[in-house]
Formats: sequence, C-alpha cells, structure tokens
Amino acid sequence: MAIVFQKTKGLTDKETHYCPGCTHGIIHRLVAECLEELGVLDNAIGVAPVGCAVMAYDYFNCDMVEAPHGRAPAVATGIKRSLPDNFVFTYQGDGDLAAIGTAETVHSATRGENITVIFVNNAIYGMTGGQMAPTTLPGQVTQTTPYGRDVNYSGFPVRVCEMLSTLSGVAYAERVAVNNVPNIRKAKAAIKKAFQAQIDKKGFSIIEVISACPTNWGMTPVEALKWIDDNMIPYYPLGVYKDATEKGVHAE
Amino acid sequence: MAEKFLMKGNEALAEAAIRSGCRHFFGYPITPQTEVAAYMAKRMPKIGGTYLQAESEIAAINMVLGCASTGARAMTSSSSPGISLKGEGISYIIGSDLPCLIINVMRGGPGLGGIQPSQADYWQATKAPGHGDGQILVFAPSSVQEIVDLVAKAYDLAETYRMPAMLLADGMLGQMMEPVEFPEVEPAVHDKSWALTGTKGKRKPNIINSLYLQPKELEDTVKARFKRYEIIQEKEVMIEEYKMEDAEYAVCAYGAMARIVKTAVVKAREKGIKVGLLRPITLWPFPQKEIAAYGPKMKSMLCVEMSMGQMVEDVRLAVNGSCPVSFFGHTGGVIPSPAEVLAEIEKMAGGAN
Amino acid sequence: MILNMLIAGFGGQGVLFMGKVAAYTAMVQDRNVSWLPSYGPEMRGGTANCSVCIDDEPIGCPLVLEPETLVVLNAPSYDKFVGSVQPGGKIFIDSALIDAKCDRADITAYYIPCTQMAKDEGLDGLANIIMLGKVLRETGFTTFEVLCEAMKKCVPAKKAHLVEANLKALKLGFDYAE
Repeated sequence: MAIVFQKTKGLTDKETHYCPGCTHGIIHRLVAECLEELGVLDNAIGVAPVGCAVMAYDYFNCDMVEAPHGRAPAVATGIKRSLPDNFVFTYQGDGDLAAIGTAETVHSATRGENITVIFVNNAIYGMTGGQMAPTTLPGQVTQTTPYGRDVNYSGFPVRVCEMLSTLSGVAYAERVAVNNVPNIRKAKAAIKKAFQAQIDKKGFSIIEVISACPTNWGMTPVEALKWIDDNMIPYYPLGVYKDATEKGVHAE
Repeated sequence: MAEKFLMKGNEALAEAAIRSGCRHFFGYPITPQTEVAAYMAKRMPKIGGTYLQAESEIAAINMVLGCASTGARAMTSSSSPGISLKGEGISYIIGSDLPCLIINVMRGGPGLGGIQPSQADYWQATKAPGHGDGQILVFAPSSVQEIVDLVAKAYDLAETYRMPAMLLADGMLGQMMEPVEFPEVEPAVHDKSWALTGTKGKRKPNIINSLYLQPKELEDTVKARFKRYEIIQEKEVMIEEYKMEDAEYAVCAYGAMARIVKTAVVKAREKGIKVGLLRPITLWPFPQKEIAAYGPKMKSMLCVEMSMGQMVEDVRLAVNGSCPVSFFGHTGGVIPSPAEVLAEIEKMAGGAN
Repeated sequence: MILNMLIAGFGGQGVLFMGKVAAYTAMVQDRNVSWLPSYGPEMRGGTANCSVCIDDEPIGCPLVLEPETLVVLNAPSYDKFVGSVQPGGKIFIDSALIDAKCDRADITAYYIPCTQMAKDEGLDGLANIIMLGKVLRETGFTTFEVLCEAMKKCVPAKKAHLVEANLKALKLGFDYAE
C-alpha cells in the first residue's frame, strides 16, 4: 500500500509541551518538513532559545544546542564558523530575539552570517506567563501592561523584518503567519526559501512567523487566529522585506 | 632545543593557543589584553582559522559556546569588566559540560576600575565565575614561558574533564616580554562523540543543554560534575615551592605578584630570614593539601596579592589555624614593591624595627 | 644583576624600542631577560617608561622601581625618577632636552646631548639609540658586537634600510666622550 502521508522525520516522537491552540507546533512541523525535504536534516544543527520553545531540542530530530536567553545567533555563529558546511538554524521567540538578544540578532544579520533564524512573534512572553514583549501591540493588555501597552510610556513595538531589511548582510527576510491554511502554505514556502539561501551560502536569512498565544492572550484558539488577522497583521504586514538571494550578500 | 623568541605575554599566549590547536577566537577589544586579539586577527586568516570580533563580550562567549559544542578548540580573551559580562556564558558552558579556554588579563576594579595590573578577580575566577554550583579550571602563570606551557595544559585538561579553563594573568604579564620557546607538543586527542556535527544519518541526535526541569535530575547532573571536580582536586593541583626546604616562614603569592615576592624572598634570605615562597599555579583546584601540610611547620605565613586580600582566605582555610596568616597587598593597579614585601617579611619574622 | 635599567621619556622618543634592543642582547647571549613597558590610555605623546632586567639568574621582579641604570629622555622623567636610582647607580641624561644637573653625590651622572647629536648627524629620531650606545660604553652590559647583532634582530624586515643608520647611531653614542 502506498503511503500518502506520514509524520516528518524532522521531528522526534516526543510529545510537545505547548498549550492547546498554540501555533508553535505548526511552525515546528514546517521547519522539520523543510529540513527533511531539502535533505539537510542529517547535517543540521539547531539552536534552541529561552522562552516557550526552550525544549525545542527535544522535538527537532537533529543535533541541537540550548543557548542562553537571546544568544542563539551568537551560538549559531560559533557553530557555523567551526562547521561552515553544516546547516545551522535558530528558533527564537520575540523576547529572546527582539529584546534581550537584539544585539546578537542585529550583528549576526549585519555580518551576513550564513545561518537561518526562525523568529516566532506572538506579541507576548509566553513561558513566564504573559508579560509585555518588544512586539506587544499598542493598547494590548498583558500581565505587565494591565491597562494596555501605553506607547508613550513603554515605547513602540519593534518591527524586526523592517529593521533588519536595511542591513547589507541580510539575504532574505520575510514575514509570514500561520493562522490559516493559505498562510501556513506560504509560511512553509518562505522557510524553504530561507533554508535554500543558506544552503546556497547567500548570507543571513530570517523568517518572522506571526503566531498565536491563546493562553496568554486570554482567548479561545479560534479567537486567537482571528485576532492575528484583525490586530497583528495590520501592524506587522506580511510579505518579503528583503530578497538578495539572487546574488547573495557576500558576492563580489 | 626549540628556537627562543622574545615575546610579549599576550602574544605568546595567542601563539601558544594556536599551537595547541585553537582555530577559533572570538573577542572584543579591552585593555590590557588587546594584543591577544590583534595577534589572532593577524594569524588566524593565514592558517584557515577564525578571528571574529564580536558585538559584545556576551556574544563572544556565546560564540565560544557554539563553537565548542562542535568539538573545536575555541577561545575568548578579555579583561576584568569583560569577564563579568562573560559570566552568563561561562555558567552555561559549565552546565553544558563543554571545554574551552577563557583568558582574563586582570585589571583593577570594581566597575570600570583602571587598566593597571591587578589580581582582584581571584574570587570571581575561583568561587563564582557564573551563577550556580560549578567550577572552572584556573591557571595562574607567572612568566611568559609559563603562559605558553599552561595554555597547552589548560586545553588538555579542559577536554579531559569537559569544562572551561581560565588563564588568569594580569596586565604586567600580558605586557611583559621574556624569552620563550614553544615545545613541539601534539595536542592530546580526546573523545568528542558528544560533539554536534550533524547526525549524518549514522547516530541519534546529540543534544547539548544545561536545562533540567526535574530537581532530582539537575541534582544528579551537578553531583556527577562534582565527582569529576574531586578527581581534579586529587590529580591536577600545581604549586611551586621555592626555598621551602628549611623555611620557617612562607609567603603565598601567585602570578606576577609571585615574581616580586621571589625577589623579596632572596633579599630576606640574605638577611638571614628563613623564608620561602608557596606559589599556587592552579588556583582552582587550589593546593589545599600542600599548603595545609606546611601550616604546622611554619612560624607564620604571609599572603601577598594585588587585591584587598582574596586568596588569603583560601590559605587560611587550608592551614586551618595551624599557623598565623597575615596579608599584605595593594589594589587598583598599585603594585607592591619588593622593598615593601621585604619589610612585611621582616615584620613577620619579628626582625623589623 | 647584569642590567637593571629603567628608561623614561615621552611616547614617541623610542623608549620602548631602546629597551627592546637592550633586551635582545640577552637573547643573543642566552641570558635571562624581562622587558616591561608602562602602559596608559593615551596612544601618543604621553609619558612612557620601560624596565629591562638582564641576568644569568632567573628574573624575579620585572618591574624596575630602584634602577641601577636610569635613562631619562625628558625633564619630567628626570624629576620623577632621579631619586629612585640605587646608590652607586648611573643616570644617563639627554642634556639637549634636560637642563637639570644631578646633585646626588652617590650616583654617577652622564650628560649626552643625544637629541642634538641625532639632528647634527642626520639621524633624526635616533637619539634613543645614540643613548643606548653610551649606556653600553658606561655599563658594559654586553659587547658592542652583540648590541649590533641585537639591533639587526629588532629592526623589522620592512625597515631593513634603517639598520645602517641605527648602527651608526649606536657607534656615535658608544664613542661619545663628554
């Protein structure tokens, strides 16, 4: 009998710890499928963050290292400089990447470090129980913005793809979402494109994935997916922000 | 005999690391260790290695973490305030059981402090290089040649015991030129089956991690590490005993400070004082037993440091009341002179005034 | 100790290089040596000094606080260090730049207008080397031949054309009589 569908080899059999309705699971699967389909799973080294995905090392079926909070791009840099022919990716949340790890993010990007960053933006600190993230929307209520994020007081959310797209070292930057089937399909294509850019040694690639956190947003999973359409995407428009994969960033 | 070179401590250190198989250096500029980075920047591209100037000390130590996780000999170098920034990464590297080499060319502190020689990071290096229960190997060379010899040793032991090693030097050693030779030593080959290299479809994934959410699991992991520490304390202690055969008094000092003490000891001997020098070469593991054994034989001990008195606590713990232990030191970049140390020795021997 | 020397002056006067050439003589003769510079935040124009110890025994303290031999290349260095010279020691003074006369009876002072001599002989920037020649003559810490050999080792390949001028400066200082 022909197999028409099976679980990707890119994921282990370990049950994930993510909350019901969380979209981390979908993103994990997309990443794992891309690793497998591009034939790099056996050559891949992944870097797990601190945040909800802290135990990603248990889920991705490849060599993995756990980085200190925000330092995943620096850890990935160390790996890639030692093993330039291995496939190296980080998987980071918004607090990890856009708050405590901003310097590591910006500088690995501007160096054109040949790694791929999967950036999961759900506008909140999930693991610690729902505090304001650098990407929390204006007016959004969190545990530490109980009256809604006041931009005059707490500042404005960071648009990571827009910011990084100004840097010469970035080969590919795209923002996608995983709140409906068409978006999920586009997300997978984007991840694949970013991975291919690394395989072709084109430079730094980042895919920002708009993700849902129903638990900490205080919504049902369905409401959360709709909230992405109504609130997140207007502030964080989807699309390609930089594509230098034709020539690569280090081409002379 | 190998060729002799006249080299600065910092440059000899960098060359020794390269000869020990280090091909990956991640750093950030800070006085007084900049020559290490400059030397690496010059040499690494010529031998197919990496010199990468990181955006911060924090990034540099985490690049070391990543690089070390692939089984490569990685290294970073800094000076006191920069080492504080590396504390986070050092703790993670300890918790991940990874070998690496960290250089601290100490300067005066706290805060931005100064840029002159100091030994005020002894506590940081030996007691709490980062958060959590954990140790790193700490070597304290006192000559340029010893820097070279200890770099090779540090890498070897770091890999044997899978833990970070630190070379604790100071601005005086780093800036000083002395004749040095590089022994032809093939780096020892250690098991690296734990390294991240990609599974190549031939093994289960390797995971390098310091997170253990189950308390019992974490305790077991830490205890296993401390078992290794016990072996290290048993086997790897290094100490120089200088003119101790007939000594009635001992001065304890390490690193560059021990050089100054040596001069003072020679002068004190000329004055008839039977004094010797105990120079710990490994600060962790500390030569606890060796110093303890001298306690009952000494009329008194003096500890001299370029700090307000840090190692003196370990000396007092070691002798455990078996002889009096006094302290003399300067801090902030002020270097105790041989004359001052001599005066302290005379005071200890009751021969002053 | 064969040589226990402190050299002091402004940055840019070749204080460190002068010390380095002296240190290299020990390499040639397989003696123990240490060379220790002062270092500060300023890259140019600040004060600079350098300790050089040469001995057949291992060098203990590499920091020369009470020199047997003191070389001063500017007035502030003279004022700062003249009192530190060991009794019986020697002080070498660039008399083209320093007006002071040493009034210590327990040390020997040598006055060499090396900056002026360098200018007169077309050896600009080599006052330090002229001084080194004189230090050798009065202390005998090595032979003239060894010092010349050390000089050749110290001049980088890129500046090989400067070796001759340096050797000339050494000779000038070595032959200088007050």
